[in-house]
Amino acid sequence: MNESLFELNGFTFRYGSTPVLDDITLTISRGEKVALLGPSGAGKSTLLTVLYEQQSALSALQPQGGGLVDLLSVYHNIFMGGLDRVSTIAALWNLVRPLRTGVAEISQIVQTLGLDDKLWHSVDRLSGGQRQRVALGRALYRHQPVFLGDEPVSSIDPVQAQSLLAYVLQQHETAVISLHNRQLALEHFDRVLVLRDGRLCCDSPVKALSCDQLDELYTQTESPLDHNAPVTKNDGWVIRTS
Amino acid sequence: MKFQPSSARRLNTVCLAMMAAALLALFFVDFQVYPVDPWQELARIGWGLLTPGWADLPSLLNALLQTVAFALLAITVAAPLGLLLALVFDWRPVRLLCASVRSVHELFWGLIFMQLYGISPLTGLLAIMVPFTGVFAKVFAEIFHQQSQQPAQTIASSVGLVKRFSYTLIPQSWPALLSYTRYRFECALRSSAILGFIGLPTLGFHLETAFKQGQYSEAGALLWAFLLLIASIRFWLRRWLIVPYIVAAIWMLPDTVGFQGGGSLWQFVSRDIWPSVLLDGDWEGFRNWLVMMFDSQIWPGLWQTLLLTQVAVVLTGLLVLVAYPMATQVLAGSIMRWPGRFVLLVLRCTPEMVLAYVLLLLLGPSGLPVVFALALHNGGLIAFLVANASDVEYRNRVRRPDDPTGVAFYAYVETPRRFPAMLAFLFYRWEVILRESAIMGILGVATLGFYIDSAFEEIRYERAFLLIIVTAVLNMLVDGVSRRLRSKI
Repeated sequence: MNESLFELNGFTFRYGSTPVLDDITLTISRGEKVALLGPSGAGKSTLLTVLYEQQSALSALQPQGGGLVDLLSVYHNIFMGGLDRVSTIAALWNLVRPLRTGVAEISQIVQTLGLDDKLWHSVDRLSGGQRQRVALGRALYRHQPVFLGDEPVSSIDPVQAQSLLAYVLQQHETAVISLHNRQLALEHFDRVLVLRDGRLCCDSPVKALSCDQLDELYTQTESPLDHNAPVTKNDGWVIRTS
Repeated sequence: MKFQPSSARRLNTVCLAMMAAALLALFFVDFQVYPVDPWQELARIGWGLLTPGWADLPSLLNALLQTVAFALLAITVAAPLGLLLALVFDWRPVRLLCASVRSVHELFWGLIFMQLYGISPLTGLLAIMVPFTGVFAKVFAEIFHQQSQQPAQTIASSVGLVKRFSYTLIPQSWPALLSYTRYRFECALRSSAILGFIGLPTLGFHLETAFKQGQYSEAGALLWAFLLLIASIRFWLRRWLIVPYIVAAIWMLPDTVGFQGGGSLWQFVSRDIWPSVLLDGDWEGFRNWLVMMFDSQIWPGLWQTLLLTQVAVVLTGLLVLVAYPMATQVLAGSIMRWPGRFVLLVLRCTPEMVLAYVLLLLLGPSGLPVVFALALHNGGLIAFLVANASDVEYRNRVRRPDDPTGVAFYAYVETPRRFPAMLAFLFYRWEVILRESAIMGILGVATLGFYIDSAFEEIRYERAFLLIIVTAVLNMLVDGVSRRLRSKI
């Protein structure tokens, strides 16, 4: 189980002249469940995209925003995840008349997601939380061993978010998921990465961390300039639990 | 990159260069005014427009329906074909193919296919279909480029092209694809109408006949009917009616007129379009032929085409600046803008070929009517778009109470706001104006189209072929320059 899936060695990624990812060294092995934390703009999305490109044949990516196609129904948006398993003719026909097998499989997924009554709604008619669940459904329907999620449950209500996150982690052998919610990270994952300004400032097994420690870590890593900001600790991306 | 303190400076430089070139062009262009008495004729035409005559209603209706039939069937084939090509538009040969079919005007395609299929439905359909497929492919590919790449990231990377596009980019951009196809249908109606000028039984044919015979009331009726047809597209073009329309259109297509057999495609492609000296392997003779063609036709035609285009582009820009305020809510007022919008709509709907034809009757066969026709049609079209953009902003913007009014508002607020978009439209139309001023030669003005038309008349296909290639290359060059200029503004 220790076969490594993702490897970065002093990786730097620039957008224009500003580095988005700065000197990242990282190895993620098969079977690991990794939570990726850090404030908005820290480079989490870029890191996930970079990881996806390393193992695109094994990974299901759920980008921020979900990548839904507005005009298509919930069914079709989830079905897209399995396009590699059907022929071109079947895929085109499915746009006109949904395939029986597809409907059977996807009905089960929407039940898990709590969207059973929305199967034939086009996704532009759904709320933010519902859209996010459709995006999650597509990733699940990819049937891949690796899940890469960019805040995949951020707009879903807390109780459902928790159970869906557990379900996704159970369905995938390996997962790297960026989160806002620190408590979810500590409860469901076995390793935590913290990104700040494009740098990896913490990479530790969950067992060695507590909420307070994480808290402290963030305050330390803040640059002196940030202390001038009015409310330093409440930057909106951590839910205080202590 | 060097920091530029003013965004206006670059725009001004481009504009001044364009105007200087146009002024220079004025010295060389053939603007001779022939001693015809335009006013009397103009009065008769004006009277004809005001008193449209409906003497032969069935034939008028027939001409209209056949115009629609050609346009509808051509779009029915060209749009899906263009969509398929757009899927592989990243592939260089496809881009080149599309650019080359696009750069030859519908009427030239019409003249080419006429040699093969006579005055037949096939000629008309192919003449519109071929260049329109190239345009669809290019614009659809541009629309795809504007879409989010995210959905494609969330499906398996091994998924094939057709599956990938039919689940991601095509549904993502569906509304944009539809609305562009609708606009293109309007263009196809214009193209279909002017195909009448080379003999197909569409509106242009009847229009030309009516003008030639001085039956201006009939011509007026045809023009008004055509304008109404275009202005009311959104009322009669309904999704559920399209299939019945297509069936009716196939039924409506005219019979082939007086044409037997025709040349074989292979004979045409392998022999007819090549100069005999080249087929004989006489390189010296071929060189002499090229020199002769260049001196007597290519250069004079090219030069006049470029001169007319340059003057027409600048005149179009000036016309837009004068005309757009009359159609805007902010400058003309919510009621007074309607007459302005009406005039612009009429100019936009009337094909430049028809305008040029009428002006030619008044001013004689020089560059003058061509330049006026191009400026009027394109100016009307761009001014309409600019006025629309202004009205959209008028509804959304909170105005300042201390804003200037009247001419000062026009000069200090509205025009500077509209100017970059206006220039972009203008450069976008540059290529179109060039293609059109080449084609105007068919009416007798000495642009490239004049020599092409004469070559076809004399059944010298090899000359026509060479001249069409020159026109196409010129078009692609101007397209390249205009794209570069547009990316800078």
